Amino acid sequence: MKKLLMGNEAIAYGAVRAGVGLVCGYPGTPSTEVLETVAKLKAKGEINDVYVEWSVNEKSALEVAAGAAYSGVRCLVTMKQVGLNVASDPLMSLEYVGVKGGTVILVADDPGPISSQTEQDTRKFGEFSKVPVFDPSSPEEAYLMIADAFELSEKYGTPVFFRPTTRICHANASIELLPPLPKKQPEGFIKDSSRWVIFPRLSFANHKKIEERNADLRNILSDYKYNEITGSGEKGIAAGGVSVSYAKEALSLINGSCKFMKIATPFPFPEKAALEFLKGLKEVLVYEELDPVIEKELTYICGKYHLNVEIKGKLTGDAPCAGENGTENAKEIFSKFLGLPAPETISQPDIPLPVRPPTLCAGCPHRASFYAVKLAMKGRKAVFAGDIGCYTLGNAMPLDMTDTCLCMGAGITIAQGIKHAEPDTVCFSFTGDSTFFHTGLPGIANAVYNGVKMTAVILDNSTTAMTGHQPNPSTGKRAAGEVAEKIDIERVLLALGVKCVKTVDPLKLDEAVEAVKEAADTDGVSAVIFRSPCIAVVKPLPVLAVDRDKCINCKKCIREIGCPAIVKDDGKVKIDKTLCYGCGLCSYICPVKAIGVKEGEKNV
Amino acid sequence: MYNVLLAGVGGQGTVLASKIIASCAMKKGENAHTAETIGMAQRGGSVVSHVRIGEGCYSPLIPKGSADVIIGFEPGEAVRVLPYLKKGGAVVVSSAAVKPVTDSLSDSGYDGNKMLSYLKEKNIDVTVVDGEKITDELGSAKSLNIALLGAAAKKGIIDISINDIEEYIKTSLKPQFCEINLKALALGASFV
Repeated sequence: MKKLLMGNEAIAYGAVRAGVGLVCGYPGTPSTEVLETVAKLKAKGEINDVYVEWSVNEKSALEVAAGAAYSGVRCLVTMKQVGLNVASDPLMSLEYVGVKGGTVILVADDPGPISSQTEQDTRKFGEFSKVPVFDPSSPEEAYLMIADAFELSEKYGTPVFFRPTTRICHANASIELLPPLPKKQPEGFIKDSSRWVIFPRLSFANHKKIEERNADLRNILSDYKYNEITGSGEKGIAAGGVSVSYAKEALSLINGSCKFMKIATPFPFPEKAALEFLKGLKEVLVYEELDPVIEKELTYICGKYHLNVEIKGKLTGDAPCAGENGTENAKEIFSKFLGLPAPETISQPDIPLPVRPPTLCAGCPHRASFYAVKLAMKGRKAVFAGDIGCYTLGNAMPLDMTDTCLCMGAGITIAQGIKHAEPDTVCFSFTGDSTFFHTGLPGIANAVYNGVKMTAVILDNSTTAMTGHQPNPSTGKRAAGEVAEKIDIERVLLALGVKCVKTVDPLKLDEAVEAVKEAADTDGVSAVIFRSPCIAVVKPLPVLAVDRDKCINCKKCIREIGCPAIVKDDGKVKIDKTLCYGCGLCSYICPVKAIGVKEGEKNV
Repeated sequence: MYNVLLAGVGGQGTVLASKIIASCAMKKGENAHTAETIGMAQRGGSVVSHVRIGEGCYSPLIPKGSADVIIGFEPGEAVRVLPYLKKGGAVVVSSAAVKPVTDSLSDSGYDGNKMLSYLKEKNIDVTVVDGEKITDELGSAKSLNIALLGAAAKKGIIDISINDIEEYIKTSLKPQFCEINLKALALGASFV
């Protein structure tokens, strides 16, 4: 019987089928559901022999996996593409040392980007780190392909990348679940310092072996079943990943016919298969997302073998250099390439549509935290260095409380740099609880050690909210729901030498404002921990309502906090009880006290 | 092959609705593909779910001009995805507008009724479901998704029946949510 599985779920099921023994990672859209699926199976008692954890960051995750892989355990490490930057230190060395148990590093790329800081391409990271890359083109294929990734990893003693993109991760397909594959018993860690301790001499010796292996793999992977060549003609299209699906859909819609190559292993590139594809072709259009990886390889192969084939793609301006692909752009580009009539253009609605940028949820305690700092700093020169999480949305008007956002953990350190450049500015950082443990700790140590005057605001909602509420060290739970000891952020800060640490509930606005003022006027590093749970994991409080007799329609509540539950109805302010969570922040703002809890009214 | 595009605002339950269509179709032996908006975009932003049933679909996303049906959870969102509707396709839409913060701040005067009139002017087969009435009668806005499916199923445009959805609600949802969703289903169907 077939099951409707999300690409990420399919990958998790595929890894379990392939005998994975350890799964670890850090949440990040679009990768999160892979580990979550394994954790759910574990919580249900279906996979007792699999260890699963949310690690505190991607570097830790990859190192945990390396230890288990040295012992012969099959490991899956999950992260989003920018997470790989954090894990790149162990990654680069691990490739030189190698692994014993099959090690698959799942890195989800995000063309668009839809939920990321960059449009970086993990296929390129594969080439840089010399780690082979599997690039599935559909959830169905991903389910099967991950077993091949484990096989190859174990056979050649190298970690491998498995690199789906958002539209594979978050697409659901009907998938037939297959019985588990035969499983080997891990032999355990066998001491051998000539193998597991990296030294320059070992690196030199292994570097040579890696280059030879990857050269061999260019041949071997040419016979891999998912590197396919179909069709015929003098024109060819080459594609990889989800772009293959768009290409097939577009070709069927425009009745286009040509030779077609699907590349499932962009690194090492299937050179022999590519030569077969290029034979008899005059022109090739490469259709891929992110970097021109396939395009450069084909151009290189044409040069190497003196082939007179024109390779077109991003580098020649025949395909867009940024953003995600889709059937629409495939139809357009392919029609032009194949000399077919241009597809009919579909017009956009000719009426102004509501603009809906993502916003902090109604009732989100982060809104109150930002507002408290804003009030406390009124009239003072202050900078607010934000970070990665739901609270990046604190940048939106009218809060306008995020002046910078770079990468995980950077808020704390960027605030320090601004302080050095502008000593008369009050410098704040805003960091969520999960981000604090991810890469926030070194930033705090750096500030204390270097005696920088700044205030670190920790937004502790006890969960990793943006990616769908994964537990972290401040939650009190582990990945599969096991009870864990909470790491107390306040004690961590005090232990690191932060002199003034204030813990307050941001929804008690007056106390929150006082705490911020006090922290900001302390010498050295100070911290304010705003502790209030994410509304998505707690029950709503009684909703608020506007007393129309008292309301003077000044709209201060709307102008100050931008809560989605406060709307205008016939020009009058109203609270939408389908959205209100009863946080009560608006009741502090109303100058005539017209907003209050309406007894008996609840969120609907 | 048929394609259903569900469009709404984050939190309105488009994901469950798309799962129900896909699951009911799979029960009849059909192949199903769906794709969702997940992540930052779902925080109060526009969300879409693509549902593709049957053979011959490659892309996880419905190409523009190919949706047989649009289920709009919100009038403006139904209009936004109109380029996906194929010629002769049908729209089922809730009349309840969700006003974005940008509207409250800017006085842009977003009006759901204007969106409904726009749909009707375009000579599209539109079925309007009274979203406010459903929220009032059920005492909750959380079952709007089931009500919209009820309307689409009753109209016979999504190849799954009211009975199929009833069966899904009874067997796959938590028992405490059964009654309200069965009520929502019937209420939605009553608008056809």
